[in-house]
Amino acid sequence: MATPVKDRRATNDPLWLRVLLVGISVAFIGVLLVLPLVAVFVEALRGGLASYFANITHPAALRAIRLTLLAAVIAVPLNLLFGVMASWAIAKFEFRGKSLLITLVDLPFAVSPVISGLIYVLLFGMQGLFGKTLAAWDLEIIFAVPGVVLATVFVTFPFVARELIPLMQEQGDEEEQAALSLGASGLQTFWRVTIPNIKWGLLYGVILCNARAMGEFGAVSVVAGHRGRTNTIPLHVELLYNEFNAPAAFAVASILALLGLVTLAAKTFLEWKVQSQLREPLEPATAEA
Amino acid sequence: MSIEVEHVTKTFGSYTALNDVSLKVNDGELVALLGPSGSGKTTLLRIIAGLETADDDGHSAIYFHGENVARRLVGERKVGFVFQHYALFKHLSVFENIAFGLRVRPRRERPSNMQIHDKVSELLRLIQLESFGRRYPSQLSGGQRQRVALARALAIEPRVLLLDEPFGALDAKVRQGLRNWLRRLHDELHVTSILVTHDQEEALEVADRVVVMNQAKIEQVGTPAEVFHHPASEFVIDFLGNVNVFHGRIEQGRAVLSGLAPAGRRDETAAERRNHVYVRPHELEIERHLNGSPAIPAAVSRINPAGAFAKIALTTSEGDIQVDLSLERFEQLGLVPGETVFVSAKKARIFTPDYVI
Repeated sequence: MATPVKDRRATNDPLWLRVLLVGISVAFIGVLLVLPLVAVFVEALRGGLASYFANITHPAALRAIRLTLLAAVIAVPLNLLFGVMASWAIAKFEFRGKSLLITLVDLPFAVSPVISGLIYVLLFGMQGLFGKTLAAWDLEIIFAVPGVVLATVFVTFPFVARELIPLMQEQGDEEEQAALSLGASGLQTFWRVTIPNIKWGLLYGVILCNARAMGEFGAVSVVAGHRGRTNTIPLHVELLYNEFNAPAAFAVASILALLGLVTLAAKTFLEWKVQSQLREPLEPATAEA
Repeated sequence: MSIEVEHVTKTFGSYTALNDVSLKVNDGELVALLGPSGSGKTTLLRIIAGLETADDDGHSAIYFHGENVARRLVGERKVGFVFQHYALFKHLSVFENIAFGLRVRPRRERPSNMQIHDKVSELLRLIQLESFGRRYPSQLSGGQRQRVALARALAIEPRVLLLDEPFGALDAKVRQGLRNWLRRLHDELHVTSILVTHDQEEALEVADRVVVMNQAKIEQVGTPAEVFHHPASEFVIDFLGNVNVFHGRIEQGRAVLSGLAPAGRRDETAAERRNHVYVRPHELEIERHLNGSPAIPAAVSRINPAGAFAKIALTTSEGDIQVDLSLERFEQLGLVPGETVFVSAKKARIFTPDYVI
């Protein structure tokens, strides 16, 4: 207490260190993240707005956008459904093989996307395990749209579940028990109690899942095969770039970059929302009757 | 409505939570399940509610008003369950929390919005939170949340009200107030109620009858006065308040104390146990001089006169004892720490082996 100035110093790092650390962080982020992002838009708009719009409305580009949207529209709801079911089972029930299920949910994160694409080729390709059967039924999966969707579903599989499992484990099931004891059916309990409690986490998971679904390259690249017919946005960007059509490549890439920014904004908003909900003003009423 | 529990056993893996427990609760009664944690009281409550199922051994049953409900789902039993941590719906206002049980009814039985509004308003009045309907649970104090949880349970007009440690998470002052309020409420509504608590004071004060539980079994059932003044076992007397344990015997209705006994050793033989005499602190008397009645010497170590009794801690050659003296007697004696006095028992208990745990 005799030397308060020194005390304050002890809890603060010296100025030069703070400046150095903050400076390095900012420089790092600037070079690695902000600069490329700016570069994408600068390159995309180099030829002017008119050619930018011509590039992104080119039939091939539109086809890629359509396929990307299709893959996302199928993959996101599927994984939403699966994610809710898996996290419900993991958080609320005790069963054998639970830890195995948790591990399996994470599998797509652990395995390189290229490998997962290859596995689908091995399973459903012409020479693959089910190749003959599929050919007999005249079904095409690999090098066709179903393959792209399948690969997308696989890669984005963990996002919703990963988000919900810790949330639901933490919340426990007392509120659900209360609802049941008040006469609610299982379905009523789910819609009226469980879903409202997990909605922000759920939305967060969906946003991340969607971003990945639209941006996935590796797995989709393996199963897509014929460029042109089964191109998604990322594949189309690569194709254009390899054809030395840099302005078009950057124009299409800017769509993905924009999507990334929107995702980031939505994520920040949700985090802020959840935080402010946690910090809800606790103002106990004055009168304790 | 009466509740009867017959031969209920519940095991979790190798752990036995309830061991062949039977209990009858009369219509309109308020019964407290009292015991230390792990005694099985909450498990029993949850089995009555239907939140847990008893082991299926063929002869267990739970009767509500004579009807076996053991196979009924929790929602069908029409029990009002108040959870220890309230389990209020965080995303719903106080009003909607209370209305929940009415809104989830099948369409044919569902009351109109007007009726729901009236019912909830009436309950808000009952729990003295009329102006709090629009608030959210996070904006309420612990005591208020507890009352909302109670109103929510009462909204479905339950046949039975079950409360799991209802005041456990509240501070002492609020707890006392709520306890009295709950007792008044019960006298008004007369719904058969079972309350779980580990607080003996709470159980004795609020309940019509107390069920003392220990190690998955019921030790004693009786009115608060019965269990306090006529405890059926060493566990009950020990759990229901401070008690001094002596070696000694009872001769012609008087306790002959021969020294302190180590309390609660589990491996004692029945013969050893018979030599244990249990005396509550207020049943001991302190004398300056031997007056012919049997007494043991003790040194005064600490005096705490703040309270309804003067609490005197004494040291004997074999250990510490506590004596509660009336303040008059305390002043009359004028005890000082360090002096040697004689302690005798006005009343004492010995447990015959039949009653022993």
